[in-house]
Amino acid sequence: MSGPAGPVDPADGAGPPPVATADVEDVELDVLLEAIQRVYGYDFRNYARASLRRRLWRRVTAEGRSSLSGLLEEVLHDPGAMERLRVDLSVTVTSMFRDPPFFLALREQVVPLLATYPFVRIWVAGCASGEEVYSLAILLREEGLGDRVRIYATDVSDEILERARAGRVPLDKMRTYSSNYLAGGGRDGLSRYYEVEGRWARMDPSLRDGVVFARHNLATDGTFNEFHLILCRNVLIYFDRILQQRVHQLFDDSLVPLGLLALGARESLVGSHLQATYETVDAEVRIYRRSGT
Amino acid sequence: MSAVRRLLVVGGSWGGITASQSVLRALELPADAATALVLHRQPIRSALAEVLGRGIGCPVEEAEDKMPLAPGRVYVAPPDYHLLVESGWLSLSTEEPVKYSRPAIDVLLESAADAFGPRLVAVILTGASTDGTDGARAVRRRGGTVIVQDPRTAEQPVMPQSVVTAGLADVVAPLRDLPAVIARAVDRAGASA
Repeated sequence: MSGPAGPVDPADGAGPPPVATADVEDVELDVLLEAIQRVYGYDFRNYARASLRRRLWRRVTAEGRSSLSGLLEEVLHDPGAMERLRVDLSVTVTSMFRDPPFFLALREQVVPLLATYPFVRIWVAGCASGEEVYSLAILLREEGLGDRVRIYATDVSDEILERARAGRVPLDKMRTYSSNYLAGGGRDGLSRYYEVEGRWARMDPSLRDGVVFARHNLATDGTFNEFHLILCRNVLIYFDRILQQRVHQLFDDSLVPLGLLALGARESLVGSHLQATYETVDAEVRIYRRSGT
Repeated sequence: MSAVRRLLVVGGSWGGITASQSVLRALELPADAATALVLHRQPIRSALAEVLGRGIGCPVEEAEDKMPLAPGRVYVAPPDYHLLVESGWLSLSTEEPVKYSRPAIDVLLESAADAFGPRLVAVILTGASTDGTDGARAVRRRGGTVIVQDPRTAEQPVMPQSVVTAGLADVVAPLRDLPAVIARAVDRAGASA
């Protein structure tokens, strides 16, 4: 039998399973998040609960604890444990040319709009380890915009940004990424843009020429520039609806009139207070355009 | 719109489309129940919701992030996203695959167990992996019910067998009996809650 991935319950398999105390665990979760906020200043209270809970439990198990309270004790007294937890909670897994139809729509529908500006500012919000940034840089270079684009790639964590800056991708993933790239309208071969370095693919450093990596916290920081295009795909799904609204507002404040907003394939502005002020450029791949005023 | 008081979650892998279709077609649930479904498949755009919806008497749709749960509906995990259940809505995640799968049945079941406790019924259908077993454990721990397709009637027995072997099945039933067995379980689910 495989080991439990979630909470360890000594009564498992012995008689009828006890109805465990989801309510107690909710209290523990609130206390843990409150404590982390007060002691370390990291605020995860408006993160989407179900996936947050899952990642917290993964840390509980990894730290050899058996409850969220156990994890709380550990992180309060050991900043190292807090750091490990923070990395767990911050890294969202990403891939290159994720969702190829989106990249096809970028090439065919968004690039012509961007090309009308003399200089283009793009914000990749929540860039994680950078796969999306490199994908975008490759696409823009192939479409002839490489020289007049600046990409601001932001995330909450310095180490994650460091990883993004290094531009190293596990080599075993490159096969999938290559086929994504081609399905997304890639004009060449992805292998043209990286060098093999042991088990890593090191992305061509010149792709970073127009890229600024910077720390920015979507949950607490304000706007820092005006952008023609904002990409924030599969980041907001980790936030609850309150925090999602805040970030939608932040994006609205950061877009030029007629600026474009790209969300993940299963995210939308439906239900957002901003829904009325955006038109849909491509419903299938979730690209929106801010109204002109 | 009334609230969803009881939830049915279904996981299937190899052969799961056919199996879940045959179950959903014959299934009658109480008016305050909804269904969420994870089937393993290739991470491509697909018409799974439409395919599944044929011949089923209720709306089948691909889940969107933060979509409110509505009674009488069937929600399908989108390709390449985990589907999670919160207390009144659905959320998605792009975390690593679990047991090589995204969407993973374990992720759906564990989150649904937290949100619905004894008001949850989980069904494990045919499949060739062990995804679903850890999820079934979480469902039982929270007081929910686990129903397993009899591995002998499964196109691929590994997945249902894994749950049975772990001692986590409340009921094991052949495919043709599942609609009635599930309807009874959902009827009872959370009756005292």
